[in-house]
Amino acid sequence: MSLALEKVGLRIGAEMHLDAIDLSLPAGSVTVLLGPTLSGKTSLLRVMAGLDRPTTGRVLVDGRDVTGVGVRRRNVAMVYQQFVNYPSLSVYENIASPLRMARRLEAAEIDRRVRATAQIMRIDSLLDRLPSELSGGQQQRTAIARALIKGADLLLLDEPLVNLDYKLREELREEMREIFSHRAVTVVYATTEPSEALMLGGNTAVLDAGHLIQFGATIEVYRHPASLRVGEIFSDPPMNLMPADLTGGQARLSADVAFATPGHMRGLGEGHYRIGVRANHISLDSAVGGDPSAALAIPATVELSEISGSETFVHARHNGLTLVVQREGVRSYELGQPVMLYIDPKRLYVFDGAGALAASPIRTAEAP
Amino acid sequence: MARIDLKGLAHSYKAAPAEPTDYALRQMDMAWEDGGAYALLGPSGCGKTTLLNIISGLIHPSQGRVLFDSRDVTDLAPQQRNIAQVFQFPVIYDTMTVFDNLAFPLRNRKLGEAEVKSRVNEVAEMLELGADLNRRASRLGADAKQKISLGRGLVRQDVAAILFDEPLTVIDPHIKWILRRKLKQIHKRYKLTLIYVTHDQAEALTFADRVVVMYEGRVLQEGTPQELFERPLHRFVGYFIGSPGMNFLPCRLTSDGAEVAAQHISLPADLLLRAPKAEVLEIGIRPEAIAVSDDNGAGLAVQIRDIEDLGIRKIVTCLLGDHELKVVVPSERPVPLDRGRLVLNPAMTRLYADGHLVG
Amino acid sequence: MEKWNDHRAWFLVVPVILLVGFNAIIPLMTVVNYSVQDIFDPTHRVFVGADWFREMLHNKRLQNALVRQLVFSGLVLLIELPLGVAIALTIPRRGGWQVSATLVLVALPLLIPWNVIGTIWVIFLRPDIGLLGYFIDHVLGIHFDYPTVPMQAWISVMMMEVWHWTPLVVLLAYAGLRSIPDAYYQAARIDGASKWAVLLYIQLPKMRGVLTIAILLRFMDSFLIYTEPFVLTGGGPGDSTTFLSIYLVKLAVGEFDVGKAAAFSIIYFLIVLAFSYVFYQVLLRAGRGEVK
Repeated sequence: MSLALEKVGLRIGAEMHLDAIDLSLPAGSVTVLLGPTLSGKTSLLRVMAGLDRPTTGRVLVDGRDVTGVGVRRRNVAMVYQQFVNYPSLSVYENIASPLRMARRLEAAEIDRRVRATAQIMRIDSLLDRLPSELSGGQQQRTAIARALIKGADLLLLDEPLVNLDYKLREELREEMREIFSHRAVTVVYATTEPSEALMLGGNTAVLDAGHLIQFGATIEVYRHPASLRVGEIFSDPPMNLMPADLTGGQARLSADVAFATPGHMRGLGEGHYRIGVRANHISLDSAVGGDPSAALAIPATVELSEISGSETFVHARHNGLTLVVQREGVRSYELGQPVMLYIDPKRLYVFDGAGALAASPIRTAEAP
Repeated sequence: MARIDLKGLAHSYKAAPAEPTDYALRQMDMAWEDGGAYALLGPSGCGKTTLLNIISGLIHPSQGRVLFDSRDVTDLAPQQRNIAQVFQFPVIYDTMTVFDNLAFPLRNRKLGEAEVKSRVNEVAEMLELGADLNRRASRLGADAKQKISLGRGLVRQDVAAILFDEPLTVIDPHIKWILRRKLKQIHKRYKLTLIYVTHDQAEALTFADRVVVMYEGRVLQEGTPQELFERPLHRFVGYFIGSPGMNFLPCRLTSDGAEVAAQHISLPADLLLRAPKAEVLEIGIRPEAIAVSDDNGAGLAVQIRDIEDLGIRKIVTCLLGDHELKVVVPSERPVPLDRGRLVLNPAMTRLYADGHLVG
Repeated sequence: MEKWNDHRAWFLVVPVILLVGFNAIIPLMTVVNYSVQDIFDPTHRVFVGADWFREMLHNKRLQNALVRQLVFSGLVLLIELPLGVAIALTIPRRGGWQVSATLVLVALPLLIPWNVIGTIWVIFLRPDIGLLGYFIDHVLGIHFDYPTVPMQAWISVMMMEVWHWTPLVVLLAYAGLRSIPDAYYQAARIDGASKWAVLLYIQLPKMRGVLTIAILLRFMDSFLIYTEPFVLTGGGPGDSTTFLSIYLVKLAVGEFDVGKAAAFSIIYFLIVLAFSYVFYQVLLRAGRGEVK
């Protein structure tokens, strides 16, 4: 089913939870709701499900206005953070419960579907157990199976993996990716982690304090954040931000660092801006492609270096600003060691005073 | 400052443990060097929180001794052990201001007000809580509250070790970076022993100088992040560390290497010599140690099943015969679409016999 | 959160409306009706407006009963709340069937019909055959005769009341204590906090919601109390344990002064409402300092 929200707003008492959200989700698409805690993701999911009535605006399913329709009559399934299962029913009964409540199927058919869904979620060997006898990951699989078996047209997931171990999260994410791609169900998945959004693909809607600040294909939103806030929310490690002044053909970062404005920044007027660059686009070796004289080189001192398996994160300080650099391979850096941060200016994002995107890196054929 | 030794330590929550599975912590001996930053890494239920609570004194171990600087503290209560602990969700005293929260441990130990004030101000400064000292602690956000929890440990002069039990669980991703940096700064400045429990391998590897991987009550491996990454001693460690984890390919040994799905992978001769007779032999290779190219070249012929673009890098899922392999490719590099060739970095190719590293 | 408009739900509410209407609204309206009329007999009624109200407000006996009632309710709160919390603190947070059995035993007084409670204590306090009465009179040597000594009557009523209702506070406080996560206690141990500090800074603040309910419930109930003291002392000796509701019933049923009693009922209702509202607002505001 295609889902559309027109100017949906939600106000509870004096608090504004959602502010005039316009969203259009095509049938069968996967949409990620990305945003920090309390940004309105859960409220938006509840409005989509029909659990809450929006204060303003309309919700349309396949073009039909369903704003006043209760959740029971909508074809929706929801998965929560807290592995919600019926504690006194076995896994089999839990999964079968939506079908039993509909009361329109033969026992044999119910059995077939329960076993098929359990197999997809890899819990077919646990059908006799009670939820209290399962691990967190298994409980969540049961909850997801219960949601899938309904065959609902709209599947809503509210940070379903946040209470699970890191590795389990990885596995379940993969499995869900598979499942979503094989079914004609519209999926909306809320999360705070940018990496989850990138892994799930599809479209991403970025939420901040109840506002929808960007919507588009996930990788596009990642590469072209419309504003500073999107850049901040949608990056892990966080995007490096530096104040810069543009005058003449030059951009000046600080007393000793200036560079010629690259192509994509030439159209900008003079003034004060903020420049963003991703951690993996800063290099600590001078081997940067492009014209070396145009390269941006920032002298900095190492504050901290973190080694994470195959990569190193270096936190370096320049002029009171701390920048994070991500580099391949394991190298150790001493505290206080002077380093040079090389940035290809073509990779810079520029945000104006208000935080809106003024310029973003040009994409060449193979570059991201 | 304390060197912590665990001797013959084991713990069971049951009154009369009979089998190994009754033990939450199986017998172990461990030493934690003074001033080191350690991570206890493992899945839920592996015993890491139990171990942490034994070190802090919240649990008395069923067997074994705990020594701080060679002093037996096994029977001492937590408040006598010079440790501080930060929990998964912020623990603060709701009715007090930030200042009073930080002063609480000192006032309980009957320190003079002047000294209390100076210690609290110093720690608040370090944690960037100076502006909020007079606010009610319950009104701050989760990350500030965690800093207060941490601060209560730092104010005490006598703290030798700070123990963390998954402290960043409730914190938003981009604030996690800031808090981790703060923890490292604290480590550098105060030179305390820090022990950090987590199930998040990325967090463990970035935070710690040495990581202890646990599974089902046992310590599987202890080493630097690099050692654990490059030479996992146990299959589980290879799987658990790294995102995605190590690839394992069941193989058959030949005279000069191994064979997987009728394709050949060379292995060094000394490795082949040391390979024991085993039920299950597997090649272990990390996704970062594989290079993928298009179909016209040398290497293992594979089918490209899926490519995920994660912004910074791409994860390519390949099929070698019936076996699935994941390869990490930097985002700039092109990836063939249908069929391709894989070259495994020989220096990073490992052999596992029944789950244990050979050689 | 807003709920959906499903008009069929109104049909489910109709039986409740009828019941409440029959048992509460109509009788209440009747009382209002009586309170503004002087009724000599069914055929002679005179509308007197607010006369009854004025008279009752100046009534000395009513004022005394009000004072007694306030003292009683105040004592109830002062004794039952700390005692209930203290008992709840001694029950372990974690435990098997022993804890459940203890809770059931503690809660037993709550299950006894109120007039039976009065009767139990009447017998219990008799100096000749009652365990406690005998103990006080013969073993402690104090002449115990509560039907004639006002102070002893008060003490007896208080003992009975505390015995009867403290278990409620215990149960509520215990529930509140149970919900405090272990990490708080662990952190307190590590911080070197004394048991007092744990009580003041962790347990009591976290029990705020539960204690609010306990205070409201106990205040309202004790302010309205009738059966137990009536059975035990009948309001005596003389007037010394005549609380507001006992006085009201004496007026309405004893003297059959329906007009006065009706007016008084309404005053009574408004007093309870006002006190409860004030209490509630105070406690709500104090709790608002806490966010999550």
